[in-house]
Formats: sequence, C-alpha cells, structure tokens
Amino acid sequence: MHAFDYARATEPSQALDLARRPDAAFIAGGTDLLQLWKAGIARPELMIDISRLALDIVKPRDDGIAIGALARLSDVADHPIVQARWPLIAEALNAGASAQVRNAATIGGNLLQRTRCAYFRSGDMPCNKRAPGSGCPAIGGENRSHAIFGGSPHCVATHASDLAVALAALDASVRVAGPAGSRLVGIGDFYLLPGDTPQRETVLGQGQLICAVDVPATAGRAAYVKVRDRASFEFAVVSVAADLVIDDGIVARARLAAGGVGTRPWRLTEAEAALIGERADAAAFDKAAAQASNGAEPLAHNAFKVELLRRTVRRALQVAGGKA
Amino acid sequence: MSKTHVTTTINGEPTEYLCEASQSMLDVLRDELDLTGTKEGCGSGDCGACSIIVDDRLVCACLMLGAEAEGRRVLTIEGMSHGDKLHPLQQKFIEMAALQCGVCTPGMLIAAKALLDRNPNPSETEVRFGLAGNLCRCTGYDKIVRAVLDVAAEQRETTR
Repeated sequence: MHAFDYARATEPSQALDLARRPDAAFIAGGTDLLQLWKAGIARPELMIDISRLALDIVKPRDDGIAIGALARLSDVADHPIVQARWPLIAEALNAGASAQVRNAATIGGNLLQRTRCAYFRSGDMPCNKRAPGSGCPAIGGENRSHAIFGGSPHCVATHASDLAVALAALDASVRVAGPAGSRLVGIGDFYLLPGDTPQRETVLGQGQLICAVDVPATAGRAAYVKVRDRASFEFAVVSVAADLVIDDGIVARARLAAGGVGTRPWRLTEAEAALIGERADAAAFDKAAAQASNGAEPLAHNAFKVELLRRTVRRALQVAGGKA
Repeated sequence: MSKTHVTTTINGEPTEYLCEASQSMLDVLRDELDLTGTKEGCGSGDCGACSIIVDDRLVCACLMLGAEAEGRRVLTIEGMSHGDKLHPLQQKFIEMAALQCGVCTPGMLIAAKALLDRNPNPSETEVRFGLAGNLCRCTGYDKIVRAVLDVAAEQRETTR
C-alpha cells in the first residue's frame, strides 16, 4: 500500500498550514479515508491528524445548535439536547454504520464520505469520479443502488450519508475554514451535482476544513425513515427525513429530504409544497407522497426506487405527523 | 518515511513503540507488540474482528493508525481477564458455546464488554443492534446474544 507521512496538528491554523501541500489529506475518524487508502483510491503523501483539535464541541443556543466537525457520531447521537430538540439528527446517526464506526467517525468526515458506488470503490474499474474521463460503467451496468435524481452522462453515484439527509431537511449550514478565513455554506449549496466534473463533490477547496455544522432551531415534528437491504449496518436504498410544523391540525411548514436517490441529498420540494395549508391527515400525506418522485430519471435496475420513494415519504409523514 | 514514536497505555501497562505512519493500530498490536488476540478479518471496518476499546470507545483497530494511540488508553482482548480469572463474558461464552471457530470471538467479547459498560440492562434488540458491527459466520448469533443477556442479568443480580 501507498506509504505516507503523518503529522499531528494541535491548532486549526497549523492544520491549515500543513494542508497547503496539495498531496495532503486530513484524517480524523479515518473510517472512510483508511478504507479508500487501502483500496488505493486515496493516495495522500501526508496524513494530517486533526482528531485532537478542539472542534468537537456541541454547543446548543436558543436559535440553533453548532455541532463541531470533530464531534463523534455517537456523541452527537447520544447528546441529550440533540435528542430532545433535533431528534432527526440522532435518528439519522443511529440509522447508520455500526457502534465501532459511530464511535470513531466524525460529523465533518461523515459529510465528506465518498460514494458507495461499487465501480468507484473497486479502485480499478473505469470511474469518472476516481479517474476523470475514464467513463461511467454504472450507467450501462449494475445500477440498482444508483441515483434517480441529479445524475449526468458522467456519473450517477448516490451520496451515502444519512446525516446529510437530515441536515438538508433542517436547512443546516456548513462552516468551512481555509487560509483566507471561514465562511458559512448552506447544505443545499455545499454539495455539487456531478455534471461533467463528478470528481468535485463539494465546494470545499484543497486545504479547506469543515469546522462545524450550524443547525437552526426547529419546532417541527421529525421522522427519519430508512429502507435498506438489512436491518442494521447498511446504507440506504431509500431514506427520507421529514420535519413538519403542524398548527391546529394544518401543515404550516414541511421539509422533506431523501437519501439513496440523489447524487446529493435531495430536497423534495414538490411534495413539500403539496402539504402546505393542508390538514395533516392520511389523505394529504398520500397526495404529497405522490409528488415525491416527480422528475425522477430511473436507470435500468433502479426504477423500483420511484415507487419506493413515494412510499417512504408517506411513511415518514405518517410517523412525523403522528408525533404529539 | 520516518517512524513515529508513540507513548500509550495498553491493558493498563505503559507502552512505547515506534511505528510507520501507515501502520494501523491492528498492525502495531499484532506485529510490533505481539498482541495477536486481536484478529484481522476484513481490514475495512465491516466485520469487527479487530475491535478494541480506546479511551472507553469501541473502535476497529484496522481503521485507526498506530500513531493515533499517543496518550490514549487501549484495551485489547489480552486485558479482559484478571490474570487467570476470566471475565464473566468470557466464562459465559465458553459455558454457552457462543463460539465455534473463534476468529470473531475476541472482537465479539470486547464489543459485548463495551456494550454492557454503557448499558448494563440491554434489551435483546439493543444487544443485536450493539453487536451489529461484529460478524460471526459460525454461531448464527443466537448463543452470543443469549450469553450477553445472561451476563447482564447476573451482573445486575450481584450488584443489587
């Protein structure tokens, strides 16, 4: 395997300095990066260990919560204030990975995990994400797990994070730090569509670091429903995060995001719009769910996701709507 | 590539070693420290055979760099018994035949210990969820789950 040097950063500024080298990579939980390195997909010359930076704080405020990028998934999922006020985040985190991985993996790393597309992960088959210009065998090949939204002629790989789906439904923002300072990017702008540059997945530039995720307060009732091929330790075939504000039985605000279906976490805006002003009942949920797959472009093996997404939306609305 | 000097605590013993940057904690345990109880299964975090506890967190040693152990407290299967006295989970696994080939067993025991340390009164569902990161191709899991639930019940009995 490709050998690398190791440097332990003690301050964010030092980590950013070290990362001026284009062949450097940040490592924190390591749960994805070391898999990619072992598969020969990530080949950094320098691993910058950022796991000891003081960016692991979970800080609730009246108007929201700031979750440090280096907070471990398990710590965030177990945080009593996250569980009480942002249960969608806790549910999404607990729906993913294993105890071992949740204990090691970080919030920032989770958002930056690479796709589970088997062609990408193979390390040697053509893949425009891994070897730009080499082609996309998924489009004409095995594409059961691939995207029905946001694909391009160059890539149809889905984004694998459950957390990112919950954050998309909560209108969270990502705080990005670089040599020139820090900026806040809405999660909807953070991820890029593959277009003709599928190797670029986020707006994060070389040497930039996620420091935190900011999540606004929500009065909504939430549900995260994840459909997968086995009950635990498995990526989503389809998942839906719902956040509903219901006043006097009427839907005042609806936010729906889906995983397993898009090349990035996918907001279901037409289904959301169908709910606003409606009585929060089974008929309205059915009507909204029917809009969930509008615009889908299924491939040879994943057309089942079109109907599965509608049903998963209906289930998420029923669960969220049923919560007092 | 220069080696990294690491000072850490393994199974209660202050330990120092030199490792290559690209050696995993699993490589260090097995190849540098002769602690071969921790097994390599998949090498990619999917099977849990290399489970260890680092600062009270259950992790996969294959997805941790040896250099990352600096200043940490590491517990491996070798540190689970008290001398010749087996940990109750180890004893129960033997009594209930909760193992066959034994490759998953060290990781399964460490994961079960981490689970009970956090949750002394787990439901069967919680045990199955907590051990989802540990694959066993022999037992069908049932004996393992029952062994963990039995130990939990006995430990609650003795601490009552």
